[in-house]
Amino acid sequence: MKTLVLVEHDNACVKDATLHTVTAAAALGEVHLLVAGQGCAAVADEAAKIAGVAKVHLADDAAYAHQLPENVAPLVVALMADHEAFLASATTTGKNIAPRVAALLDVMQISDIIAVDGPDSFTRPIYAGNAIAKVKTSDKKLVITVRGTAFDKAAASGGSGTVETVPGTGDSGIASFVGAEIAASERPELTSARVIVSGGRGVGSGENYHKIIDPLADKLGAATGASRAAVDAGFVPNDYQVGQTGKIVAPDVYIAVGISGAIQHLAGMKDSKTIIAINKDEDAPIFQVADIGLVGDLFQIVPELTAKL
Amino acid sequence: MKILVPVKRVLDYNLKPRVKADGSGIDLANVKQSMNPFDEIAVEEAIRLKEKGIATEVIAVSIGEAKSQETLRTALAMGADRAILVTHDGVAEPLAVAKLLKAIADEEQPGLIILGKQAIDDDSNQTGQMLAALLGWAQGTFASKVEVSGETVNVTREVDGGLETVALKLPAIVTTDLRLNEPRYASLPNIMKAKSKPLATKAPGDYGVDMTPRLTTLNVSEPPKRQAGIKVASVDELVTKLKALGVAA
Ligand SMILES: Cc1cc2nc3c(=O)[nH]c(=O)nc-3n(C[C@H](O)[C@H](O)[C@H](O)COP(=O)(O)OP(=O)(O)OC[C@H]3O[C@@H](n4cnc5c(N)ncnc54)[C@H](O)[C@@H]3O)c2cc1C
Ligand SMILES: Cc1cc2nc3c(=O)[nH]c(=O)nc-3n(C[C@H](O)[C@H](O)[C@H](O)COP(=O)(O)OP(=O)(O)OC[C@H]3O[C@@H](n4cnc5c(N)ncnc54)[C@H](O)[C@@H]3O)c2cc1C
Repeated sequence: MKTLVLVEHDNACVKDATLHTVTAAAALGEVHLLVAGQGCAAVADEAAKIAGVAKVHLADDAAYAHQLPENVAPLVVALMADHEAFLASATTTGKNIAPRVAALLDVMQISDIIAVDGPDSFTRPIYAGNAIAKVKTSDKKLVITVRGTAFDKAAASGGSGTVETVPGTGDSGIASFVGAEIAASERPELTSARVIVSGGRGVGSGENYHKIIDPLADKLGAATGASRAAVDAGFVPNDYQVGQTGKIVAPDVYIAVGISGAIQHLAGMKDSKTIIAINKDEDAPIFQVADIGLVGDLFQIVPELTAKL
Repeated sequence: MKILVPVKRVLDYNLKPRVKADGSGIDLANVKQSMNPFDEIAVEEAIRLKEKGIATEVIAVSIGEAKSQETLRTALAMGADRAILVTHDGVAEPLAVAKLLKAIADEEQPGLIILGKQAIDDDSNQTGQMLAALLGWAQGTFASKVEVSGETVNVTREVDGGLETVALKLPAIVTTDLRLNEPRYASLPNIMKAKSKPLATKAPGDYGVDMTPRLTTLNVSEPPKRQAGIKVASVDELVTKLKALGVAA
């Protein structure tokens, strides 16, 4: 079958999430990509080099500058006349656009897949990952979002896809972009980092977070994350949140500092290879999933650890 | 303007789901079910818009078994004015739910429909976006701030990189994220009052919607369990472990 993958980008570079989604698409059939954006020809060229990509559809138009679903969904629907499956990453961009496409195609979307079991069957977590469902669809076309941590990245080079310009489908006139506050960070991105240090309510304040968590992360070259409680309390911004309703991560090493281990938090990190927990409560649920635990006061342990590394 | 708020009855978020031994799904017999937490936030937001004089009426809608009445009564006790229950006993997939909600929106002509961003049982994160597509309306998903002025609603969205604001022409769809507001608890007098607020009961057939699922669940299983590991006694031991993992020099 011919698949169409939505490329995630910032009009300059392809985001890593796309590479994972390409791997899922390749398990279904021939991989075509869609680059919709403004002034994004370089993205299309970069995308064409991804291993296994046959073709890149490039739609360069002001209407697509900010990935507004009201504008992007009709474009995808037009391209789906020639494709059997549409795949997007299960990121906030993919989750915003894919269901809109599904409804316009009268297809039931399959969300957040972690395995491709066959041309019409897929595995996906439900109930915050406390259960794993295998589902089969009877729809003629597929609309899927892909959990990146479950699929390896396709190689960013080695492919030789062709780039084809496609006409836009116009501006819906019902939605417009006003602005964004996107945090710039020197640190690795949470969803692709090898090591993550996360702070919870136990850290106490934003000031403490930066005094305690940041230096450890710097030493380890790690990304920094947080529990919902830490985000709600304003220690760090929303994009730090790991969990059922935040980001899903699976680094080699996840260090949870002052995090109790609620099921909604575990849902976002329990596929990490090694989990390390630092908590003063020896009965904290986080220790039930941690490979290595250290019971004690984080304000003492973490600075000592940072100093000794 | 009217605001429509779809609310779903789900396994209480404090409970750990149990997978049925025969692999057919989650055991929901005799366990506490409550309003999906994101939907409480949606109800709260709608009520606040009414308190500000922007909304005139808040209508809660649920699709599900007869017991979803309890969830609707909770919404009424929080401050919704009336409720509609579309009773349906089997699986209700987001696409079918969105079609029912579209039919209800066509009848009620709301200016805003506020949904949860995801239901915590199936975690689909689809219904609001699908409904927006079927109605041809704009959508502001994962909202952490909603500001209505005149014919427009500005929605600040929690996105992977931070925050983003979009301006949407009304009528529009909003889906709630966790930090939009803190839902109120219903007071006892309001719980009593809610019992006499209007609740209409309908069937999918009344709206001409076919509920036949497109997806078949082949099997539901428990995820591989993580074993609790070891506890180390000192920072020095932890340093040794981190070195062995190759993450520290
Ligand atoms: C619908 C819904 C969605 C949710 N989604 C998410 C989500 O995506 N992500 C998420 O994380 N949560 C989520 N939650 C919230 C979740 O249920 C928990 O409330 C949250 O994870 C708790 O955060 P915490 O572990 O930081 O705080 P707490 O549970 O308060 O734990 C703090 C821990 O710090 C320890 N501690 C305190 N002081 C010290 C010290 N000095 N030294 C060492 N340890 C110390 C304590 O022993 C405790 O274990 C969600 C909840 C709901 C209802
Ligand atoms: C293993 C398994 C077992 C299942 N068993 C059942 C079952 O026993 N009974 C059953 O009914 N379904 C069952 N389902 C189907 C599943 O519950 C539906 O797919 C689900 O209702 C829709 O997904 P969602 O709620 O996660 O949608 P989302 O798109 O995540 O929901 C987002 C928002 O849409 C609104 N919304 C969604 N559904 C409703 C609704 N029904 N009424 C009002 N507002 C709503 C809410 O505002 C909600 O916050 C099962 C699914 C699986 C995988």
